[in-house]
Amino acid sequence: MSSTQRTAPGFGGIAWGALAFLYTPIVILIVFSFNSSKLITVWEGFSADWYRIALENDDLRRAAVNSLIVGLGAMVFSTLIALSTAIAMHRRKAFRGKQLINSLIMLPLMVPEVVIAIASSSFFTAISLSLGIANVLIAHVVFCIPFAYLPMRARLETIPVRALEAAADLYADPWRAFYYVTVPLLMPGIFSGALLAFITSLDDFIITQMVAPPGAMTLPVYIYSMVRRGITPEINAISAILLTLSMIFVIISYLINQKKVA
Amino acid sequence: MGLLKDRGVYALLSPFLIVMGAFFIMPLALVVVYSFLKAGPYGGILWELSHDAYVQILFEKDFDGNVAFNPAYVEVLLRSVKLAGICTLFCVLLGFPTAYYMATCHPSKRNAWILLVTIPFWTNLLIRTYAWMLVLRTDGLLNHFLLLTGIIKEPLLLLYNDFAVGLGLLYSYLPFMILPIYASLERMDWQMTEAAADLYANRWQTLVRITIPLAMPGIVAGCVLVFIPAIGSFLASDLLGGGKQMMLGNLVQMQFGFSRNWPFGSAVSVILMAIVMLGMMWMARNSRGARL
Repeated sequence: MSSTQRTAPGFGGIAWGALAFLYTPIVILIVFSFNSSKLITVWEGFSADWYRIALENDDLRRAAVNSLIVGLGAMVFSTLIALSTAIAMHRRKAFRGKQLINSLIMLPLMVPEVVIAIASSSFFTAISLSLGIANVLIAHVVFCIPFAYLPMRARLETIPVRALEAAADLYADPWRAFYYVTVPLLMPGIFSGALLAFITSLDDFIITQMVAPPGAMTLPVYIYSMVRRGITPEINAISAILLTLSMIFVIISYLINQKKVA
Repeated sequence: MGLLKDRGVYALLSPFLIVMGAFFIMPLALVVVYSFLKAGPYGGILWELSHDAYVQILFEKDFDGNVAFNPAYVEVLLRSVKLAGICTLFCVLLGFPTAYYMATCHPSKRNAWILLVTIPFWTNLLIRTYAWMLVLRTDGLLNHFLLLTGIIKEPLLLLYNDFAVGLGLLYSYLPFMILPIYASLERMDWQMTEAAADLYANRWQTLVRITIPLAMPGIVAGCVLVFIPAIGSFLASDLLGGGKQMMLGNLVQMQFGFSRNWPFGSAVSVILMAIVMLGMMWMARNSRGARL
């Protein structure tokens, strides 16, 4: 009886519809990136030519390299910063400012991206910091921190106190317990946080566009400039590559995080 | 962990505090300061205190110095609130049944659903918004489909209007609604619904009087998580609105782009941040117990 009370007629249809709504544009984009026609929306036949053309595009390659440099840099720095923050915040005993820091970490997620973008760019101008692509990197580290932090924090919460107690019973001093118990159990959280930070950096458009000095384009900024000039199947090909990369990384991050704490 | 002394905690927090302080808090503070300064004649700012930027949101000065009410920016504000509001409403209408279905389907399928709903969130928003251009264009796929099936005779103008922007917003932020509602429903005590059934409540009554109130923290959290980014969004209105249907985010971006009125752009940013703060305070008050 309980199950009939719970199922609501029509909700399943809406749920599947919502899923279709979320994925249709993505599927269309990927399908049409293999279209041989120059026309965007008329299917003529299968062809991987647009991928070849995209890969031979020098500007595009430069943008991809920039994206990779910024993404990896932002991933490393934001993960390290988030890691030390997560360990500090995990301490059970309250300390002054704990609540404040809790909200501070979430702040980059709440402030509209456009505002972060113009704030960073005018701040860099105000202090005359023009390190080229490093400016972009600095801006990215800041908004990647919460994405790196959340999986680590969630992971730390699941480490049972008894694991650390067991280590203590076996004469491990706190440092050893940390190194041999906490770190290995935290590892999946670190990896998944790092991957999420990398994707977040890779996908950012508006902040990068405002902060990047001329010539230091990343992939999304380059794609945007192409879209502005007119829609071509080449954009579909690059976009499909970027989408697929992100999806692979999310799924890996998810699978890593699925591993249960023993 | 008895490992960390107070000093150790602060040492571990210091990289975070330094980076956030220097490259997040300071820039935002600078925006607040800029909003109270005068615009330079050729862009940039003059270091003179002034509330011109805020006045400019409501009034304009003509060449003789007469001040008149100027509705243009208020309209942008209202359009942003309207579009973000409609987007939030549709997110609830679509998101609640979806989350409900997810929370009541077989536990082995739930993780797959969560993953599927999460993936779009992590993929490039620019590209996903661009994909809608392919669908909505006059010679786009939707028009092709409708013409082919004979539902319409003439292609519809689907792109570059409020409909397209609203659809783009709904698409961008739907996962932000589904996930918190799901989190609420998943933790809910479903025996309550059984109790309601024992007391002869039908399914509809159970839904309205038991399930929805119990899911309210998640719904409130979802509304804030959708409304906040929607009102400041840039891409949906830029690409799908064709730049004509401006929202607050576009207005801000323009002032730091070719309009080059930094104090004005800063003032609009401050208003945007104030809206965000209000939204978060509302959520804190109404969604106790909701966690993402």
